[in-house]
Amino acid sequence: MSSRAGILSFGAHVPVHRLARAVIAQHWESNGPKGERAVANYDEDSLTMAVAAARNCLKRIAPKKIDALYFASTTPPYLEKQSAALIAAVLGFSEDTQTLDFGNTLRCGTGAFGAALNAINSGAGETVLVCAADMRVFRPKSHREMVCGDGAVAFLLGKEDVVAEVEWFDSYSDEIQDLWRADNERFIRTAEDRFVQEFGYSRVVRNAVCKSLKKRDQNPSQFTKICANFSDPRTIGKLFASLGFKPEEQMQNSLDQMVGDTGSAMSLMNAVGALEAGTPRQSILVTAYGNGCDAICIRATERISGFACDRKLGEQIEHKIQLNSYNKYLVWRDLIEVQAVPRPPLEERQPTPPAQWRETKGELALAGTRCLECRTPQYPPQRVCMVCKTKDKLESYGFSRKPATVFSFSHDYIMESLDTPTTTTVIDFEGGGRMICDMTDRKLEEVSVGMPVEMTFRKLCTVGGIHNYWWKCTPVRQDKQD
Amino acid sequence: MESIKNKVAIVGMGCVKFGENFDKSIDDMMIDAVYEAYEDAGIGPKDIQAAWLGQLWGGHTGQILAAPLKLSYIPVTHTENACATGSEALRGACYAVAAGACDIALAVGVEKLKDTGYMGLPQTRPNATWSYRLSAMTPPAGFALMATRYFAKHGLDVEKGKQLLAKIAVKNHHNGSLNPKAHFQKKITLEMALRSPMVAYPLSLFDCCGVSDGAAAAIVVRADLAKTFRADPIYVKALQVCQGPREGFMNPSYDYAHVEETRRAGCAAYAEAGISAKDISVAEVHDCFTVTELTIMEDLQFSQIGHAAEDIDSGRYEINGGLPVNTDGGLKCFGHPIGATGLRMMYEVYKQLQDKAGDRQVKNPKIGLTHNQGGEPGAAVVSVAIVGNEK
Repeated sequence: MSSRAGILSFGAHVPVHRLARAVIAQHWESNGPKGERAVANYDEDSLTMAVAAARNCLKRIAPKKIDALYFASTTPPYLEKQSAALIAAVLGFSEDTQTLDFGNTLRCGTGAFGAALNAINSGAGETVLVCAADMRVFRPKSHREMVCGDGAVAFLLGKEDVVAEVEWFDSYSDEIQDLWRADNERFIRTAEDRFVQEFGYSRVVRNAVCKSLKKRDQNPSQFTKICANFSDPRTIGKLFASLGFKPEEQMQNSLDQMVGDTGSAMSLMNAVGALEAGTPRQSILVTAYGNGCDAICIRATERISGFACDRKLGEQIEHKIQLNSYNKYLVWRDLIEVQAVPRPPLEERQPTPPAQWRETKGELALAGTRCLECRTPQYPPQRVCMVCKTKDKLESYGFSRKPATVFSFSHDYIMESLDTPTTTTVIDFEGGGRMICDMTDRKLEEVSVGMPVEMTFRKLCTVGGIHNYWWKCTPVRQDKQD
Repeated sequence: MESIKNKVAIVGMGCVKFGENFDKSIDDMMIDAVYEAYEDAGIGPKDIQAAWLGQLWGGHTGQILAAPLKLSYIPVTHTENACATGSEALRGACYAVAAGACDIALAVGVEKLKDTGYMGLPQTRPNATWSYRLSAMTPPAGFALMATRYFAKHGLDVEKGKQLLAKIAVKNHHNGSLNPKAHFQKKITLEMALRSPMVAYPLSLFDCCGVSDGAAAAIVVRADLAKTFRADPIYVKALQVCQGPREGFMNPSYDYAHVEETRRAGCAAYAEAGISAKDISVAEVHDCFTVTELTIMEDLQFSQIGHAAEDIDSGRYEINGGLPVNTDGGLKCFGHPIGATGLRMMYEVYKQLQDKAGDRQVKNPKIGLTHNQGGEPGAAVVSVAIVGNEK
């Protein structure tokens, strides 16, 4: 048992779709930077990506109790209505879990991380799950539209059997108007680039790193990796070089080329990349800039070598579906209005709050029922068993982690969707149970009868300001068992 | 349990031309269909003692029928059973007559789909428990799931499977070309069917029925009075409805390559009529999609399970074949104005059994069957009616 809070597990989520920056640049007849950005699918948002990261983080480790769940994002799905409570319900946490949203700055992810450490170190709780996710939308044709990307990260913090210790956590505040978005605005505004780079990022992070290292008499060479956040890798490199680091060796560049700046998730996603190296005793310096700077020193323990989180960040980055159309991105982010198919309006599928509430208790975690008499698992939840007709003798039965296979499928070209055709499937779960649901993150040509799938939490549609979240299936990607 | 067999007879029917009837309201179509039926039965509005209206979208209560027809303060029931609605209206009228509640009853089915401007049907799912969490898949996709499974189960690759389905489309369009009341009256070729754009893989445009407006009506009377109306009444032999508990959506034991409700409704109807499948002379079945007709051939025991292809290839289901199916062109050529379809099917069987089907006439038919299906594979409601021209 460690005396101080540390890391029990971690996981990341990178959306499977990538858009080459050159494709965006070409659209505007200009030149773009190298590489590509991750693009959340039309049915993803910060909340669903946080769920995906959390599920990766929790797949191998199932703590008896999670005392708190913190969700951090500058792009939460609701401005009023807590995301963390919804995520907790999806993950099946008990009502005793404290839930809290963090936001408004790119260091809200590390801020939540720090708050979790404080909660544990103060004895308020033993385990805390921290999720950070962002799906920031920049004005089309802006530089940041190309260099930013979508993604999420989750850390489970606690004291017992940590894979990494958190040696220290410092936080510095700084008032500056460099990146902002007013309460009634969709797009992020920025001050002049050089001002942001030099008088914003470099000044504040330099001050933070110098102060924190000096306080502990540490020097740059003691760190194996630096995990930073900013949309301009050159500025990061220049700054850390000026502080005596060797960026070409120490900089954790998990995201720059293939994902982009993932906002409030970026520093912690880089930290996941660094921890995945599995090197015991390495020290990692995490910095997160945003109206100040958070600085964290993480030191991997011996346990890290035997630890592998599910869906490694590196594997997720490698595994991708190339989006060759900027227009598709614009449609997915609702940046252009296109002609809808002549089908009934989505309003007809709007969930009413009472129905949502009634049918949510315990079921958001994709619970069905299993008959206590004949043991048949059934989805959706039933009161009368479909096989032996027993009434009200069924127990809750979770399907969200059950492997499944495609029994039948169709690609529906006339259903209203932001990504036609919609792949609809009949899937059968291992151990029993059948579900009819859409398949997401798939290539048309890979869909076949008998293919293995797994469940993923997505947004079906948004109607009347209500995000209608539910589950879909997706092809099984990497499932490397170590 | 008693049977409906030979207790009720149909003595008049009417059916409008189905199609994009932008120039006709539902009132116009109901009036035209019902007055054709009045004339056919040799009666007038004052003779109707009770009425059933089948309509899925567009209003409440029997007023929808009573107002345009000026029915005289009689019982009128507005009924719905999804795509099997038309058959449900006929069943209600027949049961009332069989029960002795009335001697002369009217059944009407109507639907106006073209005014919506939608491709396909308006929302088919009621705003029921969990509906907002279900896939918003369209009816073509719901039936495409059965095509994918039928192909997989019977070892057809997609190309072979689609060719089999295309043959059904070609047959029904041929029949429709002989029918002045059909929406689509053009023949198509296999190549046209196979080249048509994908709607819901593996179903293409010509695997799907159209979207149409239409109405049809029937007048049913006590069988013992039937000959006082006409010399060639058509006697009801069986009226069966099978409503599945949506088990196929939930139970992995469902193979998605047949419709259980069709099998059960068929068996029950044959038993009620005291016949077997081989006694059927002509059948109108619910070819909302080609794959539906394919599986119906097996589920109604016209073909052996997995062997419908052989009967399709041999021409058995063509007008001159051993068991002509969808002689009027089916849903493929009439589209599917929901409330009207079941009665439109009965209109064709009625005319066939009276030897009044013109160019489409089947040789010397005795017993006809209609199969009208609502819902989707895995969660269907199926109505099977059997009628005959002899008591």
